Amino acid sequence: MGEHIIKLPDVGEGVAEAELVEWHVKIGDMVREDTVLAAVMTDKATVEIPSPVDGEILWLGAEIGDTVAIGSPIVRLKVAGEGNVVADTKSLEATAASTPTPSPSPQGGGGRATASKGGAKPTSSSSANPKGIEGGEAAATESPSPLWGGARGGGTAPTSQVAAPSGAPRPEGEKPLASPAVRLRAKEAGIDLRQVAGSGPAGRIGHEDIEAFLARGPQVARGSGLARNDAIQDIKVVGLRRKIAEKMSLSKSRIPHITYVEEIDVTALEELRAALNKEKRPGVERPKLTLLPFLMRAMVKAIADQPNLNSLFDDEAGIIHQHGGIHIGIAAQTPSGLVVPVVKHAEARDIWECGAEVVRLAEAAKSGTATRDELSGSTITITSLGAMGGVATTPVINHPEVAIIGVNKMMVRPVWDGTQFIPRKMMNLSSSFDHRVIDGWDAAVFIQRIKTLLETPALIFVD
Amino acid sequence: MKEISCKLLVIGAGPGGYVCAIRAGQLGVDTVIVEAGKPGGTCLNVGCIPSKALIHAAEEFDKVSHMEGGKSPLGISLTAPTLDLAKTIAWKDGIVSRLNSGVAGLLKKAGVKTVHGWASFRDGKTVAVETETGVQVIRAETIVIATGSAPVELPFLPFGGPVISSTAALALGAVPEKIAVVGGGYIGLELGMAFAKMGAKVTVVEALPRVLAQYDAELTRPVVKRLAALGVEVMLGAKAKGLSTKGDALLVETSDGKSVKVPADKILVTVGRKPVTEGWGLEQIDLDRAGKFIRIDDQCRTSMRGIFAIGDVTGEPMLAHRAMAQGEMVAEIVAGHKRNWDKRSIPAVCFTDPELVTAGLSPEEAKALGGEIKIGMFPFAANGRAMTKLGEDGFVRVVARADNHLVLGIQAVGQGVSELSAAFGLALEMGARLEDIAGTIHAHPTQGEGFQEAALKALGHALHI
Repeated sequence: MGEHIIKLPDVGEGVAEAELVEWHVKIGDMVREDTVLAAVMTDKATVEIPSPVDGEILWLGAEIGDTVAIGSPIVRLKVAGEGNVVADTKSLEATAASTPTPSPSPQGGGGRATASKGGAKPTSSSSANPKGIEGGEAAATESPSPLWGGARGGGTAPTSQVAAPSGAPRPEGEKPLASPAVRLRAKEAGIDLRQVAGSGPAGRIGHEDIEAFLARGPQVARGSGLARNDAIQDIKVVGLRRKIAEKMSLSKSRIPHITYVEEIDVTALEELRAALNKEKRPGVERPKLTLLPFLMRAMVKAIADQPNLNSLFDDEAGIIHQHGGIHIGIAAQTPSGLVVPVVKHAEARDIWECGAEVVRLAEAAKSGTATRDELSGSTITITSLGAMGGVATTPVINHPEVAIIGVNKMMVRPVWDGTQFIPRKMMNLSSSFDHRVIDGWDAAVFIQRIKTLLETPALIFVD
Repeated sequence: MKEISCKLLVIGAGPGGYVCAIRAGQLGVDTVIVEAGKPGGTCLNVGCIPSKALIHAAEEFDKVSHMEGGKSPLGISLTAPTLDLAKTIAWKDGIVSRLNSGVAGLLKKAGVKTVHGWASFRDGKTVAVETETGVQVIRAETIVIATGSAPVELPFLPFGGPVISSTAALALGAVPEKIAVVGGGYIGLELGMAFAKMGAKVTVVEALPRVLAQYDAELTRPVVKRLAALGVEVMLGAKAKGLSTKGDALLVETSDGKSVKVPADKILVTVGRKPVTEGWGLEQIDLDRAGKFIRIDDQCRTSMRGIFAIGDVTGEPMLAHRAMAQGEMVAEIVAGHKRNWDKRSIPAVCFTDPELVTAGLSPEEAKALGGEIKIGMFPFAANGRAMTKLGEDGFVRVVARADNHLVLGIQAVGQGVSELSAAFGLALEMGARLEDIAGTIHAHPTQGEGFQEAALKALGHALHI
């Protein structure tokens, strides 16, 4: 028997230390490889630490709430074989290199803030805030723990009761297994046992399976190649998804939303945008402008008239923190999930700078290199699904902000100009406001102001 | 003669046919069965039943012979026993005749009309039966062909004179001094061993490199050992060539190409059985064939609507209990029930000494499926009951899938293990896993405990070995 020391792995992002927020094991527990031992939280992410080996827990190196430096021993395990402790704890450093420390998945390294279409906000909370944003769904968190029922680190544990969808209850070529009595009953009832999933040992079909099959009623789709699928897969909501769920519940349960949809004629804006993108100045590298920087500048202008829209509402304290700086969160889908990179101080950036910053942040978010700072601190949010934007949406406010602007899909629509229909490039804005602090009137005034600015884009550039 | 019309006509009253007719009668189907011989077919008249009677008599005789002069470890001593084979045969015939009338009675009780005679198809709905009193025409909505099988005859050893089939071997008036058995399959060995026990000098001539070739070598080893102990000479890879000119010996070409003469008073030819597909007008209805057998689907339907076929005429395994199950199923289909062939196993028993039982897949067959398998084997040498019966040779072997422990096959060799076939068949039909068998209390002291132990062995924790 040997001893194996597990050290706090590098949880990414150049974080030097992390707060231990949860122990999943206690001294004396037997753990298996990949059993989740603990959860640590950096200021951006909660990362679960799996065991790299099978063994018995001998020692836990921190209390919940302790801040632990990366590389510090956190767990000692008694393992079969030699372990990784050669002589004594002094040799720890020497053996550290060979320790198969569990490392979070690439996503975990990013530790990205949660976000969503509605723009869950990357909080700027400190590392002490247990509501800090959980890390990406690190592979390490995916390991079901066989020794602890319902362990939080369960990840997605498919625990479907039915062996498989009724479309294919067993591997191809395998005969259904049933006792003669069950076979007879199925035959009499006109049931093809190949369609029936068996709940018994080795997939044996019992009378109860026949009853369940019968209870589902006649197989309408039978013979047509269509089959019912009665499988239920239980997927544990963890990590980023759990965080998103919490944020959404929080926003929707606390904030009475008022959603206001208005259509904007962006024909002139699109012409301007095309012209600006076409213009080339020798020696000047400029990003290709999308619609977003124009909207951001329009928002800056509109907020100048209605600064209360750029606020964080602390409803428990009853205080509206009205910010001077306009930090616009841009909810965006990335391969690893929704993130909200934040363009800081949009009021201090011109249209080109806004455009460049959006491009830079989007790329950083996609490649997982966005920093904590870039993913937190928004005061108002834009959500856009681009070409998937649809006609209207009901965005969910990025709590504790008070407004979110949703961009819908731009399309050419016929518009009556008084004498005839003319084709115009039209786009809807679907925006939600915290009705506790923003009256419908104010919301409408805000959106109408943005509409005016976008429809006559020259106004955006006039002070 | 006046034509008979019926819903169901069964041709042949062997185990397949009579079971089909009885079940149909039970279900209220207007049924007629035609049989040229006595009811019961090969099985009852010249197969399973009479051979087992003879085998039992031989076994008893062998047992007591070994008690002569105080040689028995059991402490029983007696003077030289004698065997009156004619009396044995009469006893066997008594059993057969009791069963004949039993079957006839069951058919009658079920309301089935029996017509004695030889049936021939006229067309797919009409059969003419040559009875003692003339030709009886029967029209039927549905006809079941259950004509069975007959021993294969070798062209260079036609039956007659000293050359006998299994049928004649069961009706000998005296034990021949020397018997040559051509064909070391189960029939040849069952009868050969019985005659050896009754005092005959038996030589088995087998063309294949081993006897009982359809079973694996591990399973047949105890039988081979016992053949030697009984003084049965086994010539492997040897070919029977014919009868000597004097008719008192079998000409054999040995495996190394030499020609030898095996002196024999009787030459028993047991080289297999063939379906009876001739003589009853098959050519009139032109059914599809599967090799020499009649092709059937999973409801025993032939290629012609309204005509079913069951039993040996439909293929391997040519076993009475397969025919019975088919007959029962067909009767129920004819009565309007939904049925099809869904059996997981047809156990097979070989009444050699020791006996062999197989159900489901052998280890080789299971391996051929491609998955990983587990095998558990428990020898009777570790079974108390086997010791008390002087039957320590043999074992029970369980073959299961390694992933979910589903039992795929069960084999056994040993004294009296034929009775274990019930447990083996049940386990397979019920879809038992190793744990099911291991978790079933098996009464002590019985040989059946070997079954439980074999399952335990496969699971890695046999208790008594």
